[in-house]
Amino acid sequence: MSAPKTEWPLWEVFVRSRQGLSHKHVGSLHAADATMAISNARDVYTRRQEGTSIWVVKAEDITASTPSDKDVLFDPANDKVYRHPTFYDLPDEVKNM
Amino acid sequence: MADQQHEWILRLGDDALVLAQRLSEWCSHGPALEEDIALSNIALDLLGQARALLTLAGQREGQGRDEDALAYFRTDREFRNALLVELPNGHFGDTIVRQMLFDQFAVLRYEALASQTVDLELAAIAAKALKEVRYHAAHSAQWVVRLGDGTEESHQRVQESLNVLWPYTAELFEDDAVSQACAEAGVLPLNGSFTARWTEQVRAILDEATLTCPESTALLTGGRSGKHTEHLSYMLAEMQVLQRTYPGAEW
Repeated sequence: MSAPKTEWPLWEVFVRSRQGLSHKHVGSLHAADATMAISNARDVYTRRQEGTSIWVVKAEDITASTPSDKDVLFDPANDKVYRHPTFYDLPDEVKNM
Repeated sequence: MADQQHEWILRLGDDALVLAQRLSEWCSHGPALEEDIALSNIALDLLGQARALLTLAGQREGQGRDEDALAYFRTDREFRNALLVELPNGHFGDTIVRQMLFDQFAVLRYEALASQTVDLELAAIAAKALKEVRYHAAHSAQWVVRLGDGTEESHQRVQESLNVLWPYTAELFEDDAVSQACAEAGVLPLNGSFTARWTEQVRAILDEATLTCPESTALLTGGRSGKHTEHLSYMLAEMQVLQRTYPGAEW
């Protein structure tokens, strides 16, 4: 089989596990379009009963914060202890917070 | 009747086993990593079906043969699979077209087996297998459409695959004394009864794939009575060599 002329685009895969409440990023894969991406994700990332739902997003459609902005974006919260959600006693009944 | 029971379960089991072995040859040779894993998953699904079916066939036969005895210690003449599934993989398009033609049949056959109430053990195996083969059918149909309705080259190549494989499909719908006994027992309707729905579904896929359905009425047959193509012997030689050299070897 000759090599494809162009690589298939990259997709990021998010899987919601059986107990999970939200989709979690599990990895990436190549696929020609969304249908194939879901199909491939099913085969590559849910072989061992990991998931109940799959999202795929084209990697190029994700806008990420740049690592060099890390200080500007996140440091200011560090010294505002009163904002940190660590002072509350959560009742046991609240399972997912 | 008991002989024939064992015989029709062997046909089901051998279709699954031989196609599983063929597909597993793609492992690490797939056109893309993702598709490599998909084909290997399908091979493993089929192998699981083959294990359950051959175990059941061995029990019904009552000669003390288990799945391994049936898989590893029969000669090509004793295999009962359809010729279509033993054909060499060829290129990816050949494999996918063969898979689509078989999957569409497998879904119909397992649907019928899962809904009958005469043989509950067989119905349970079929119900589990049905979920798997429905996925296989969606996967192979999707690929046939992509390749057929793809580039000029991919279209031409899968059209050739289809023309070569088509004459092997008629065997799937053949009936003989065994399938008639199976139908009379109420386990599985005659193979011929699946022809219309299969043709309709395959034509719909081929239409979407812009492929031309071959008009060939040639009939290549013999698998159900043990008359196979030469390809099966080579495949079995590789599949069976270890157990035949070291009988009962485990690891």
